[in-house]
Amino acid sequence: MKTETYTLNLGPQHPSTHGVFRIILELDGETVVKATPVPGYLHRGIEKLAEARTYTQVIPYTDRMDYMAAMLMNWGYVAAVEKLMDIEVPERAEYVRVIVGELSRIASHMIATGAYGGDIGALTAFTYTFRDREYVLDLLEMVSGSRMTFSYFRIGGVAADLPEEFFPAVRKFLGELPAMCDEYDGLITGNEIFQARTKQVGIITPEMGINYSLSGPTLRGSGVNYDLRKVRPYGIYDRFDFDVPLGQNGDCFDRFRIRIDEMRQCKRIIEQALDQIPEGPIMAKVPKVIKPPVGDAYAEVESSKGVYGCYVVSDGSPKPYRVHFRRPSYINLGYLGKLCEGWKIADVIAILGSIDIVLGEVDC
Amino acid sequence: MADYNIPAELMEALKGKFSGIEIMENGDVIVPAADLMAFMTEIKENPDTAMDFLTNLTASDYKDRLETVYNLVSITHGYTLTVKVKLEDKENPQVPSLCPLWDGASWQERETYDLMGIVFTGYPGHPTRILLDDNFKGHPLRKDYQWEGGREA
Repeated sequence: MKTETYTLNLGPQHPSTHGVFRIILELDGETVVKATPVPGYLHRGIEKLAEARTYTQVIPYTDRMDYMAAMLMNWGYVAAVEKLMDIEVPERAEYVRVIVGELSRIASHMIATGAYGGDIGALTAFTYTFRDREYVLDLLEMVSGSRMTFSYFRIGGVAADLPEEFFPAVRKFLGELPAMCDEYDGLITGNEIFQARTKQVGIITPEMGINYSLSGPTLRGSGVNYDLRKVRPYGIYDRFDFDVPLGQNGDCFDRFRIRIDEMRQCKRIIEQALDQIPEGPIMAKVPKVIKPPVGDAYAEVESSKGVYGCYVVSDGSPKPYRVHFRRPSYINLGYLGKLCEGWKIADVIAILGSIDIVLGEVDC
Repeated sequence: MADYNIPAELMEALKGKFSGIEIMENGDVIVPAADLMAFMTEIKENPDTAMDFLTNLTASDYKDRLETVYNLVSITHGYTLTVKVKLEDKENPQVPSLCPLWDGASWQERETYDLMGIVFTGYPGHPTRILLDDNFKGHPLRKDYQWEGGREA
């Protein structure tokens, strides 16, 4: 019997691609023979634009990469510039960064969790996580005045101190967070159909994960204990007691599940930070015009999607000579083509969703 | 700041094996393009260093050269290392692809080619653009790239 493969175009406008992203699938029946991801539809040239801005003016551009966790995007960039200028951030600012950063991580994981339910066909899950994410956005709006693109970090600290009303509000939210996570677990994680669609699907071995430079929940789902907050603690992360949730099988289900567990750990970190936060300034003494010495620096932080790095080169002028962002979504996506081979079309959606990409970050 | 650099004696041993490399004060290593593959293979395969994770790969355009930058991590030992390759020939910059060692290099090298115009050699499918259109002319992150618009224009 004569058979031949055919090509199916998935995207670029397709709800499951979480943005404008295209995958060219070569199929044998329903089985994927070859998958070619085509990114770039949202490429704005942020790295080039940054070269024509001052160091501080670059911060709002970082918001627009992973806009689901914009606080963490700010953090990686300012960390690199601070490293280059050897700036010590005041204690209180470090705590404020941890608190808003972890809240941003919760918001991002809520989207990932709900949207993944939507990908699998459980659209109801989406409404639950989006409802709860609103509380996080309210908190971050209280702090920064914005709900999504915060631009709250500054080189040397943060833009403003936490307002009085923030503290009772965040405590109240954290009190409710475990019940929210239990609800997601009950509604999605425990769902039989959901498990049938995700367990033992899209398995990433630890070796392949490391070889493909994967990071974040995508790598930790395979059981590799690589979380920068633990292995190379930046800021003040060495002061907190928390666990790094790990998967065992490296399948879609594990990658999904550890995000919910991470939210529970975020709660622990934020609570410790709220207990420990000292009084004091929120900005280091930095010059009005930021002019780092000639040289380069590379800094990394653990964003919600994985290792987010920033490489900054200074020529001594008030504008960065070169900025490069190591975006975890982009690099995690580099494995998608290989990962999809041999699985069915429906699994492609499950696999893509489990990697949790944000196209703003992929295309940069 | 804790120190995650590779211990000095291991760096000395590397210097002994590769006479062409230059170790900077901050621990960065500058490797000649011709030695890159052998050097990377050594630090990856040698269990003492075991730099198994290529975390970042990018490039920068200076007046007199292009420079590729590799940030490596050893998940086994916790070391970090920055490796740089200087490419003096700006008209025709070529450097060996690291895809045979790390598959994670593939997309990062394609991005670097696309935006910076550095050709990574010795790997099928390279060089190919990834973010920009295939018919795009030029490499926008080059300093001499003429771009239209912008707030100042």
